[in-house]
Amino acid sequence: MAFHNDGIDMTASDLDQEERAMIQEIKRSLSKFKKHRGNLIPILQSIQEKHSYLASAAMEMVASHLDISPSEVYGVATFYNQFRFHPPGRNQIKVCLGTACHVAGGDIILENFERKLGIKDGETTADREYSIERVACVGCCALAPVAVINDNVQGYMQPSKVEGIFLQFQIEREREERDKASE
Amino acid sequence: MSEQKAKKRFAPIQSESKHRMEEQKRESIPTIFLVMSTCGLASGAAETKQAFEEALSEKSIAARIVPVGCIGHCYAEPLVIIDHPTAGFPPICYYQINADRARILVRSYLEGGDPVLKYVLGAMEENDLIPAVMDFPRFSLEQRLVMEHCGLIDPDDIHQYIARGGYSGLVKALDSDPEEVINLIEESGLRGRGGAGFPSGRKWRIARTAEGDGKFVICNGDEGDPGAYMDRTILESNPHQLLEGLAICAHAVGANQSIVYVRAEYPLAVKAIQKAIKSAKELSLLGPSILGTSFSLEVSVFQGSGAFVCGEETALIQSIEGKRGMPQHRPPFPVEKGLWGRPTVVNNVKTLSAVPPIMVRGAEWFRTIGTERSPGTAIFSVVGNVKHPGLVEIAMGTSLRTLIFDVCGGIPNKKEFKAVQIGGPSGGCLPASFLDTPIDFDSLTQAGAMMGSGGMVVMDEDSCMVDVSRYFLDFTQKESCGKCTFCRMGTKHLLNILQRITKGEGRDGDLELLETLSKDIKDGSLCGLGKTAPNPVLTSLKYFREEYEAHINEKRCPALKCRALTAFYIDLEKCARGCEVCVGCCPVDAIFTTKGRKKAIDQELCVKCGECRVACPPEYDAVFKVSPPELAPVIERPPEDIKEKK
Repeated sequence: MAFHNDGIDMTASDLDQEERAMIQEIKRSLSKFKKHRGNLIPILQSIQEKHSYLASAAMEMVASHLDISPSEVYGVATFYNQFRFHPPGRNQIKVCLGTACHVAGGDIILENFERKLGIKDGETTADREYSIERVACVGCCALAPVAVINDNVQGYMQPSKVEGIFLQFQIEREREERDKASE
Repeated sequence: MSEQKAKKRFAPIQSESKHRMEEQKRESIPTIFLVMSTCGLASGAAETKQAFEEALSEKSIAARIVPVGCIGHCYAEPLVIIDHPTAGFPPICYYQINADRARILVRSYLEGGDPVLKYVLGAMEENDLIPAVMDFPRFSLEQRLVMEHCGLIDPDDIHQYIARGGYSGLVKALDSDPEEVINLIEESGLRGRGGAGFPSGRKWRIARTAEGDGKFVICNGDEGDPGAYMDRTILESNPHQLLEGLAICAHAVGANQSIVYVRAEYPLAVKAIQKAIKSAKELSLLGPSILGTSFSLEVSVFQGSGAFVCGEETALIQSIEGKRGMPQHRPPFPVEKGLWGRPTVVNNVKTLSAVPPIMVRGAEWFRTIGTERSPGTAIFSVVGNVKHPGLVEIAMGTSLRTLIFDVCGGIPNKKEFKAVQIGGPSGGCLPASFLDTPIDFDSLTQAGAMMGSGGMVVMDEDSCMVDVSRYFLDFTQKESCGKCTFCRMGTKHLLNILQRITKGEGRDGDLELLETLSKDIKDGSLCGLGKTAPNPVLTSLKYFREEYEAHINEKRCPALKCRALTAFYIDLEKCARGCEVCVGCCPVDAIFTTKGRKKAIDQELCVKCGECRVACPPEYDAVFKVSPPELAPVIERPPEDIKEKK
């Protein structure tokens, strides 16, 4: 079945503010892409780049734009590792589990993050503060084991370093709160 | 086409580039070359750059900072080359230059003229003062054709590539008949560097004669192999050599459209190639009627979304068409019927980058490097337990021993070499008895491994072969596209069996089952992923069978790696009374104080991360790891301690 943009608007009442804004933005950006099947992956990539995940409403809009079924879009999106279907945390933790990192004990690093936050890889904490992902290889094999914290590559990870990273986050948060209070 | 139209149009561009280079030399101010590729940045090159800039402006020293790509020496990052023409030294290469060291270099060398020998890796030219890097085995045993300019030029500045002879291969190709170009590539014996080793010249010829217009050339940079990053380095460090090769290929086969397929996980590489395409177009080296000839070439970039199977050419084409990246039955081959049904040449980044040097220096020259059946060089990313990990380009036919022990410095920490894993998830593990195997397509395949895309992981005695096989199966099982039942279900079962074995739940007959299942997966799969996925299992079973048997029969992991089969304990004899170091570092509070005020580990809580072993001061060295876990002495936790914890 083909969803039309109008159909999305009708259900908009149950979407929160954030999602509504996102849908408006996607609607505008879709018009920039030609209705060509070859554009499917570039469209999904551009949506994810802007909104950091693919909401199901977004995928339905892409489907109606390209005149294909939503299941087709969903099928393609779930095939590739790049696409995310839930909003990630404000702080994204990616633990590399490439070959070199595995040999150097990357799984122990991942476990430490998971234990510390009480979530599994691929999940986001309830307060949307942190999310953990495992990645295949970030290409920094000579620095193994590696974790990527918000685009910052951390080489030679150790379980004790995990503690240090959270301590840093905490200090930053406290500083922000102090700054806010003093304003 | 003897009029040499392209050459005439190219001459002023080339002299402009050379002029710029000479101009810079004449200025005689210091130049700081800073490696700013992904691995450099991961090691802190951005902070180093900032420190240089601040220190230079503080001291008001005029110097040029040139961001360059990766030179391949990952162990030495952030790597810096300083050319200080008035100091009386040749250009000097420095290693591991963090922000503090950057400030010291500015103060001591650029201001004071003292080259700070303790940070020096070597000089970039032969001289009487400082040993030259060219004399070190890490440099002298390498032979660089594809990576010749990587790390020495600014990838964003096309003139630096042209000044070093870049794009003259394309010019030569444009002024020759496409047929001659294909003959040359065929004579050179160049084989596809993506892993399979198909003769590139033959591929081009089939595409040239294939019927149909609107042909495509696709550069395959979908490097999904965990532990390999050669393509990324080439794209980031010298994208123009790749574009030149791409244009030569397109001209030879008669294609006017081309696509560079790069993983979206490589944001720097995507940016570098886009920038390179733009600057090449501005100089009419790409785009409509290149250098005034009748040949036009459109180049676009497609970002791969992260699916290992898309490295397979038919799957890659599917994904460009906006579909799930599932391999298709061949024939028809893409060279006959590829993207959107048009004849399509798919060549790897390294293959295309090898084309310009062949074009300039000829097939004869190329054949003098490497072996009879595998001419040219091979690029490996050597990682794992070696002293000097990084990218290495060596002539084909070099032995594994030379590569691992001479070029990369051997195994660190006085450990023993155990195995080398070549070719990533599709390759195999080779033991020490294969160290004298020459590196080329045929010898490696014969040994049970394969060239693959060039990932190489060196493992010392602490690596468990069963665990490594399990790791690779875990990867291929997740990446199997699901089209062929044997690959989809078979890899899952292989993984289940391996998981069981690493947990100490292996059974009689498991090894035979692994072998027959592996054979069935190889026979029943359409593409390279399924056909090669069992390789890690098969080779490790062949060469390290006793390790599997120890896991199954004795529930013991000889390498002390599989966590379910190992345990940590603290030797009460050696533990120092009152020392609390290990308690502080344990992430799960598994360490408690015994009645004698020494420490012991609660085996039920322990997650076996090994932190206590690292933390225990070397003068006590009281933490031990054993397999099977029953070997660890049982020490009861005092009941009051448990209550307290609750």
